[in-house]
Formats: sequence, structure tokens, C-alpha cells
Amino acid sequence: MYQRCGDCGAVPSYPRAICPTCWSSNLQEETSAGQGTVYSFTVQHRAGASGFESDVPYTLVLVDLDEGFRVLADLHCAVDSVGVGLEVQVYFDDAVPALPRFRPTSEVEAA
Amino acid sequence: MSLRSKVAIVGAGEADIAPGHGLSPLGLAAQASQRAIADAGLTKDDIDGVFVASSYHAFPALSVSEYMGLQPRYMDSSNLGGCSFIAHLGHAAAAIEAGLCETALVTYGSTQRSDGGQLVSLSEKLVFEEPYGLIHPVGSFGMIAHRHMSEFGTTSEQLAQVAVSAREWAVTNPKSRFKDPLSVDDVLGSPLIATPLHKYDCCLVTDGGAAAIVTSASRARSLRRPPVYIRGVAEESNHRNILGMPDLTTTRAGVSAARALEMADVRLGDIDTAHVYDAFTISLLILLEDLGFCPKGDGGAFVADGNIAPGGSLALNPSGGGLSYLHPGMLGLYLILDAVEQLRGDAAERQLPGAAVSLVHGMGMTLAAHATAILSVDP
Repeated sequence: MYQRCGDCGAVPSYPRAICPTCWSSNLQEETSAGQGTVYSFTVQHRAGASGFESDVPYTLVLVDLDEGFRVLADLHCAVDSVGVGLEVQVYFDDAVPALPRFRPTSEVEAA
Repeated sequence: MSLRSKVAIVGAGEADIAPGHGLSPLGLAAQASQRAIADAGLTKDDIDGVFVASSYHAFPALSVSEYMGLQPRYMDSSNLGGCSFIAHLGHAAAAIEAGLCETALVTYGSTQRSDGGQLVSLSEKLVFEEPYGLIHPVGSFGMIAHRHMSEFGTTSEQLAQVAVSAREWAVTNPKSRFKDPLSVDDVLGSPLIATPLHKYDCCLVTDGGAAAIVTSASRARSLRRPPVYIRGVAEESNHRNILGMPDLTTTRAGVSAARALEMADVRLGDIDTAHVYDAFTISLLILLEDLGFCPKGDGGAFVADGNIAPGGSLALNPSGGGLSYLHPGMLGLYLILDAVEQLRGDAAERQLPGAAVSLVHGMGMTLAAHATAILSVDP
């Protein structure tokens, strides 16, 4: 789910009470197809918090979704296959709360 | 607005941070403040404005005032991250101009190293970053670096040169404890933290305590040290978290600097020394581009050509900066002190002869907030 402003069409990066562009409160919830492109990334070789130690190294990405908004999440693929411009697809695992995660679109299509 | 002949920095002080100093963040701030007040030739009773940012205290102007037994008539705890203290110069100038206070103490203390190196923060939980284990701030700067590499072809070798140049300055700074020579290979061979950034692409983790005294130009002229006039100030911001940064390779630094230069009636080419926040090699490189010291995208070549090393075209961070002198969580106040040292002609081996105008630019968070000050020996 993401928000689109019903007045100016802006697509904020996370849900808000007002549109950051035109200040309208006419924000509509829409469902993303979950397809996007890696805007940038980093492979962290240190854990960012307790609980992440066994995940190191892990890849974090800023993804520009096709609908026009950006999210920060993790990317699950071989560490050396990530790059700016990589096409990725969202998925949700069984964790509670379920977090959006990404994997390369090419791997989704191959599966 | 003009700040000609209005306000000046008249005192500067640093705390002792050698291992085993035994002081708290407030203790370090108090020691530095005491030294800055003495440096100005003033006494405790002269301080009627207190400006503090902190990662340790929710109401730092109150905490510092209580600790030091001050009863200021003007207080400012505004926190924009590491650049806060450069912003405070502008806030203090406005308050002094408005008659709300006459002599302001700007101070900071941190025991980040003694605390085990964790970046202490009172800021709210970052709900869109922490669930994924992003390390603030180095993970975000890794993303910024990869984007810069992707757009402009910047290399890890070029980024490493930023750290090497900083170390070349630091080896001549008697106050720096980081004097082992550093090579590009050393940087590239140091452990990866968040790709493409290595350990030596990141600032030091140290304790710190610093203070500056700001007062009216009329009062400044009668004090002990030659005044360092605040000629231009500006602030900018365009996001809070990395997710909200519109463009990872361009910041509001250029807008902030242009306004400060205009207020000061100074051109970038008139700047003798520059003091620019270097939390990471990539953050300094982007700021150098945005401030106008080189064209956007050319930062890698600019630093690789030796322009920011001692003897280069730009006298930048002659203390060694956050990469090689110290970085106690927030660096901004030390950038100011580095400029004051140059403008007073006190920098010994690192002195740029005849330094008369300095640009100080800080950033806060992930290149989110910016503050610029133009300092000058001429009113």
C-alpha cells in the first residue's frame, strides 16, 4: 500500500496526514505492484542492531517503485549481483510484523 | 541583512580528552567553556546567553547552565545534528543584534569514545530504517557513495585520497593523537564497514569538549584577543532521514553557502581557509562540489589531484578534521575553532600565511541539515 495525493498526484515515500507537496489531506491509498529499480545500495559488513549479527554481510537498498515512491528495505540475492539500476520485486516473509523485502526480478521470473 | 561590524568570536577553548580524563560530557563542556571565557578575558558573570546542542541531554542549555552555575537571559538548545554550533553562531548574532543577550557561550561535550564508540542519540526511533538493520549513519553514507560512483564514476581510490590528505594535515597538528602516516592502500585495505566505505573512510570516534564566546563588535574591540568577525551565516535542510533525501548526490550546502557569502559580501575565491564537515570521505567530497570548490561530479578528480592536501590549492581542515584529528559525535564547533586558530595566526606549522577570511560549513545527519558561517579578521 502507498499513498497518492488526490489533488496534485504526488506520491510521498511514507504515509502522512497531509501531502508534503500541496498540503492536501485528500490522500488516496493505492496498492503497488511491488516492481522497482535500485536507486542505491550498501552491503553492511557490521550488524546495525542486535539480532543482525548472523546476517552479516547483508544488502540494504533504496528502491524506486514504478508507481513513483521510494522505500528502504533489504535485498536478498548474492552480495556481488546488486548494483544501481537492478530491477527488483517486493515480497513479504512470514515475520511479524511482515516487512517488505526485495529480490531481483530476474530471480523471481526464473523461479 | 548585513552583519558588518556587528558580532565577533572573542574566545575559544578545548577540553583535555586524553584517555583517562575522567570527565562527563557536561564536565568536558564546562572545562572548554571555562578556557574560552578566560581566553576572551571575560568572567563567568559576563555570560548572558547559552547555546548548546547535545546527544546526551534533552535540555542541554539548561543542563550546562545548571552545571556551570550560569543564569543566562537567553538560551538555545536547537539541534540540527553536527552542524548545530555553526547555526548557533547565526542564532547568537541575531540575539545579540536584537539586544536579547550580549555575550554568548556556545559549547559542546561528548564522551563518545569513553562510552564505547556507540553513537549516542536521543533522537526518535527511525521506523523506516531500523527494522532492516541500517547502521546510522554509515549505512546511509554507503548508499550515497554508491550513487555518486554510479553517476560520476567516482572510485574508492579517490575517496581514500580524502582520508590520506586529512592525515597529512593531522601529522603536523600537535593536538592530534592520530599521526601514523596513512596511504591509499591502507584505506582500501582497512575493513569494509558498509560498502563501498572502509574503516578509514569513516571519521574517528573520540571524546570532545569545545566552546566559543560570541559578543558584540563594540565589546569585542576591548577584549584580550583579536576579534574574529562573523560576517555571514545561513542554514538549509531538505530531509531528516536518508529515505527522504531527494537526490543522494546533491545537497542544500550550495544554497546555504551562497547566502552566507552574499551576506558577508565575500566571493568563494576570496576564501583563504575552508573548514568543512568530514564525517566520511564521501560526505566531504560531495560538500566540496556543492560549495563550489569544484564542479558537480568532479570531486573525485579534485581530491585525487592533491588539491586538499597540505600545500594544495585549498587549505581545507588544517587540524586534520573529523577523519584524522577528532570526531566526538558532533564536529561543528571544532570546525569553528579550527578557523579561529587560522584567523588569529595561531596555527604554527599549519598556518596559512595571511589567512583573513574563512568558510566554515557543517552538515547534520545524512547531509540533511547545513549551516555555513563566513568568518573574517576584518569587520
